Amino acid sequence: MSTLYSKDHEYIRVDGDIGTVGISDFAQQQLGDIVFVELPGVGKALKRGEQAAVVESVKAASEVYAPVGGEVIEVNGELEGAPATVNEDPAGRGWFVKIRIADKSELAGLMDEAAYADFLKSQA
Amino acid sequence: MHAQHLALGARMAPFAGYDMPIQYPAGIIAEHNWTRENAGLFDVSHMGQAYLIAADHAAAAAALEALCPADVRDLPPGRQRYSQLLSDDGGILDDFMVTRPSAAPEDGRLFLVVNASRKDVDYAHIESRLPKDVHLEKREDRALIALQGPQASAVLAKLGPDAAAMPFMSAQKTRFGAIDCHVSRSGYTGEDGYEISVATSSAAALWTALAADPLVKPIGLGARDSLRLEAGLCLYGHDIDETTSPVEAALVWSIAKRRRSEGGFPGAERIQRELAAGPSRKRVGLLPEGRQPAREGAEIVSADGAVVGRVTSGGFSPTLSRPIAMGYVTTAYAAVGTPLDILVRGKALPARVTAMPFVAHRYAR
Repeated sequence: MSTLYSKDHEYIRVDGDIGTVGISDFAQQQLGDIVFVELPGVGKALKRGEQAAVVESVKAASEVYAPVGGEVIEVNGELEGAPATVNEDPAGRGWFVKIRIADKSELAGLMDEAAYADFLKSQA
Repeated sequence: MHAQHLALGARMAPFAGYDMPIQYPAGIIAEHNWTRENAGLFDVSHMGQAYLIAADHAAAAAALEALCPADVRDLPPGRQRYSQLLSDDGGILDDFMVTRPSAAPEDGRLFLVVNASRKDVDYAHIESRLPKDVHLEKREDRALIALQGPQASAVLAKLGPDAAAMPFMSAQKTRFGAIDCHVSRSGYTGEDGYEISVATSSAAALWTALAADPLVKPIGLGARDSLRLEAGLCLYGHDIDETTSPVEAALVWSIAKRRRSEGGFPGAERIQRELAAGPSRKRVGLLPEGRQPAREGAEIVSADGAVVGRVTSGGFSPTLSRPIAMGYVTTAYAAVGTPLDILVRGKALPARVTAMPFVAHRYAR
């Protein structure tokens, strides 16, 4: 299992054909207190870079993009009643959707942990 | 105070040409709740401060009454009022606070606090309309610090005894420690509190003294916005602008009775007509059902699908733990309880018109 990151601060934890998508710890810190998460319907086919979810902080709404294409097979229902879970545990219980990855070659466009850490440093 | 904000770990962002603290590490909800329960410290030095100066109060008041619908003439010494600078067609150029200084030697001076984003427009407008014997003195040498919340009075009393006895919407000169200040009991959160005008050179010392109190935490612009929205207060450029009149904006309470009948302010014809016949649209509070916030710009539609308005401020209320919004709707849909839909990303979010404030004001009386 490996976790990969996009330049928009989404992560995808890959386990075989299944990817669990969420936002990075850096992203949740930048957004601040999250008060609502709008998730897609199960069965929705997402293209790479397409809007997968919307996170609402106190201040503003932000889009979350699919880091790779795939079909939504599960959404995190816990976020409906407890959106702050994204702040508390973004890499764990604060995941957004699970997708069946359509084309694993798209993963090559993402960063691993070390590359993402360097990317964050370059943005600071 | 920039160095203080950075030392406190503030996330800074540009606002109206100033680099301002948006939030500190505690986060907007924690900062918001702290202000409602204790005392929040805000650096609002970006606001414009100026004096209108004339030979006597009557002349200064007459000059300002020619620009706004407030009763300035009968404003007692040491008292403060909220009003709007109006355009000739009755739109709002800016909203502002006016204070008549309490000390007799300052008779003929009126202290104005205007919005940061509008001060250049305001000052040019005011100067273009002033009679020859009245002038505007811009005070770029002053900082403005707000202390807001139920513990604000107790905190300030430790630095200087005068503040606790001040009535709401009053102002006076005082000293906090060795620092000369001009303090008013007012604010933008719905809580009891103070706004303290201080020489820029002394601002960091005053900030540090206030921030040292365990009842005080620094609060950024993010929580300032959620606090004022819960209090039902307008943000210029969002809830009011040059197209909205004070009647449409539900600010009739700030238009003095004498001025309503006498007129004599810009846009009086429109405002008197709207007072008599009712405005075509009104600013209302909206409570969306569920947890999804409705943001500025979202269309408001009636049950039959017609667009009847637009959200001008919307977000999440930390106090109520639910979304709240305000916006303008056609008057026929403005009654409290009216069911309406707000369109958020193509979906209709059911909502209801509600009375404001969303969270009761707790001003000192």
